[in-house]
Amino acid sequence: MVSDKDLKEVALTRAEYQKIHELLGREPTKLELGIFGVLWSEHCSYKSSKPLLRVLPTESNKVVIGIGENAGVIDLGTGYCIVFKIESHNHPSAVEPYQGAATGVGGILRDVMSMGARPIAILDSLRFGPTSHARSQYLFDQVVAGVGGYGNPFGCPTVGGEIYFEDCYKENPLVNVTCVGIAKTDRIIRGKAYGQDNPVLLVGASTGRDGLHGASFASVELDQEQQARRPAVQIADPFMEKCLLEALSEVIDLHYNDIIGVQDLGAAGLTSSCAEMAHRGGSGIEIEVTKVPQRDVGMTPYEIMLSESQERMLLVVRRGSESQICEHFNKWGLHCSEIGKVTDDGYLTIKEYGRLVTRLRLDDLLDSVPIRSYEAAPKTEVVAHDIELAKIEDVEEASDALLTLLRSDDLRSKRYVFRRYDHQVGINTVIKPGGDAAVLRIKETGQGIAVTTDGNGRYCFLDPYVGAQIAVCEAFRNIVATGSVPIGVTDCLNFGNPENPKVYAQMQLVIAGIAEALRWFQVPVVSGNVSLYNDTGDRPIFPTPVIGAVGLLDDVTKAIGIGFIEEDSYVFMCGETRNELGGSAYLKYIHGLIAGRPPSVDLIEERAAHKFILDLASRGLLLSCHDISDGGLLVALAECCITSGLGVWCPEVHAYPGLRKDALYFGESQGRFIFTCRPRSVPTVQSVANSYHVNITLLGMVRGDRMVIGDDVNLSIKEIAKAYDPTLNV
Amino acid sequence: MKTGIVVFPGTWSDRDVAWVIQDVLGHPVEYLWHKDTNLKGCDFVVLPGGFSFGDYLRPGAIARLSPIIESIVEFADKGGIVLGICNGFQILLECGLLPGALLPNASLEYRCQDVFLLVEQDRTAFTCQCKRGQVLRIPISHGEGNYYADPDTFNQLERSKRIVFRYCTSEGEVKPEANPNGSLSNIAGIINEAGNVLGMMPHPERCGEEILGSTDGLYIFRSVLETLKANGK
Repeated sequence: MVSDKDLKEVALTRAEYQKIHELLGREPTKLELGIFGVLWSEHCSYKSSKPLLRVLPTESNKVVIGIGENAGVIDLGTGYCIVFKIESHNHPSAVEPYQGAATGVGGILRDVMSMGARPIAILDSLRFGPTSHARSQYLFDQVVAGVGGYGNPFGCPTVGGEIYFEDCYKENPLVNVTCVGIAKTDRIIRGKAYGQDNPVLLVGASTGRDGLHGASFASVELDQEQQARRPAVQIADPFMEKCLLEALSEVIDLHYNDIIGVQDLGAAGLTSSCAEMAHRGGSGIEIEVTKVPQRDVGMTPYEIMLSESQERMLLVVRRGSESQICEHFNKWGLHCSEIGKVTDDGYLTIKEYGRLVTRLRLDDLLDSVPIRSYEAAPKTEVVAHDIELAKIEDVEEASDALLTLLRSDDLRSKRYVFRRYDHQVGINTVIKPGGDAAVLRIKETGQGIAVTTDGNGRYCFLDPYVGAQIAVCEAFRNIVATGSVPIGVTDCLNFGNPENPKVYAQMQLVIAGIAEALRWFQVPVVSGNVSLYNDTGDRPIFPTPVIGAVGLLDDVTKAIGIGFIEEDSYVFMCGETRNELGGSAYLKYIHGLIAGRPPSVDLIEERAAHKFILDLASRGLLLSCHDISDGGLLVALAECCITSGLGVWCPEVHAYPGLRKDALYFGESQGRFIFTCRPRSVPTVQSVANSYHVNITLLGMVRGDRMVIGDDVNLSIKEIAKAYDPTLNV
Repeated sequence: MKTGIVVFPGTWSDRDVAWVIQDVLGHPVEYLWHKDTNLKGCDFVVLPGGFSFGDYLRPGAIARLSPIIESIVEFADKGGIVLGICNGFQILLECGLLPGALLPNASLEYRCQDVFLLVEQDRTAFTCQCKRGQVLRIPISHGEGNYYADPDTFNQLERSKRIVFRYCTSEGEVKPEANPNGSLSNIAGIINEAGNVLGMMPHPERCGEEILGSTDGLYIFRSVLETLKANGK
């Protein structure tokens, strides 16, 4: 009988163990238990989240490959596709931040590469404890170093992302990395194995003892004991991965028709990639472990099958083409070894020196995991009460509040971070990090791709359903502000321990909120990742969905930035401002409160605003455009000024009776943009607004080098820029 | 005239340089694999940016042992024009075509940002389309671009007018605050004695089109192409 300790090591419950026993009709061996452990881990099987994820819309006429593959694929309609996915590397980064973040980048790059794509952009979405907390500052610095330490040598630009700081992430930081790649539509590769006797090639790095149990490690809570599990974190070698990319590109160019399938080796190493490829292809697979190039002597089949050594990929190719294909990998100094073959029996067969070690049914491994469902707390327990605004004093010194917000960890310029990332290699970055969404050109077609990641944990903590909708709306606003149309989403859902009823309720509400918003916008989710057990002790993190969105711009030369362009152009705001301060950066930084309800979302209004902006963009009437989000109107205006060096003069910002000044200036009401246009365009702009039933307000004009808002703010751009970015030489 | 672009494992600016020379400026390019020794009749050789061999050991230290380097040294000795950008500059120092060394940035952090370069010499094959005192805006992207040379070497560089680019402010003032990496005397690019080998840390290939925000990088490529044309290539 297996001990509780053995089960804990592979993160299986007693009930799951019994199910395995039942499927096998006998006691599993240690190797078998290890294999079931990783494949039935939350990380690989989504056993806790699968039933909830079914509500997400996953289809559109542009989706080439959706959920279930290594990454999602969306057609650009010009013979090219974009391939993208987000993934978390939270637990490894909490333990060993540099390598944790670096291997997180490496893993998601390989996911995109394995689809036949060349990565063109990385975005990193990070959450830490406050920078005043020494360990948080250390984690922050090392994670940033790790992201750059992989992306820079690899040669893929890191063009975006976001960084927020809250107490709840102190010991469990979030490191979510998105990768976007480009591929020819007729050169897409799937992660499938089929065709009896076709060779299975393992390419890239050799296999060591590093990263054993990484998938299981990601599927339990972090505690002191886990902190000591550094060996579960792998070591990154971006150089090896760059060579892997070039070798694979050559193979795709010259031998595409000989490729059956490709899959990267990520969580659960050889075990999951072999099993998943064969399962997707409706075949079986046989591995001879002694053929695997090993970094260490005396490795057991258990270690070889479960190692998570990085920079490895599995290729299944047509029998007869293997030696030609291997030449390309050898040219780039990489291993390429035939380690097994495809079978037709529906089994994962593992041999050592020709002797059978185990033979497991793929259906048992991949389709039989008992789905876990948990008790959810009632909604009222996970939604905050609204605040009584009457008890909060309205703002007196708007200038001071603005400067405080611009200086805050959450809102200050992130230039000090993204200058540590190469954000230009590939010479496609048309709109650089620091704006709403980054825009990359597709050289081959003249199109543009807008990319962003967004997610406000504070909102979701206060109201998971509304907060999740806002994450979608904000991501799309960022895309739309560049003049691009959202076409696809990848989501990374970070939560605490699902066995906690409140956490499970948060999961349900967040996923439902995302699904509802996406249905309104008719944009599908094509890939994603769920990360659970993000808590320290009994304190879960804020529920933190991160939405990675991709938008398409038909003509990249039409991309719109946030900075003002022309003196004397008119500055408008579109959308409604309400008395909404709950969950705002203003309450957090000025009043020290994380309280209230997040701003309300009206998906009809939001969608109308997006259509309005896109219409103006397509008519060429927009000079600049910026979405209004964290910090509200004044922070957004300040960003438009700082980016351009041009000032804004708003003699008086009209407010309806009863609208508080702090809500007007710093409230985060949804569905709003700031945009500028030439005076002669105003009549057309107004009539376009009317046709979408969108309210627009003239705020003022682009003028001079000061930010002037009525009698409340009169600051030079130098002053606000210095507050926003102390590292700037102004 | 044909441009050869050297590719080591870990090079990543090769395609960017090719795009600018071929697609933007309309001249043929040829990739040169590091294990080859044949320069395929190229009139101009670019050692592009990247992390050749992962920058393991020391940037450029392993790349200089590649077979192609011998051919490039020979080519340079005969007066062939060689441009080393970023990692290419590091390789030129390692193989002795240029003097000095590149240390880790003074900030000890990677830096990717636009910088301003003061053109100090306009009578070189790489800057003949510029005017002395002109300010170029060109991005950098490196972790080890902190140029160092011993006092004798530095004095010699200075005396023989071989410091081609210095980091400066947007107004063209060479000041410590305009120095992104701690380079000695704000040095961003130097040339060999014969004037046919230039190494520079900034990436001119990243600013060759309006859509990328600056076309200042074209001055350098155009200068080389014009020089070659004048030489009848």
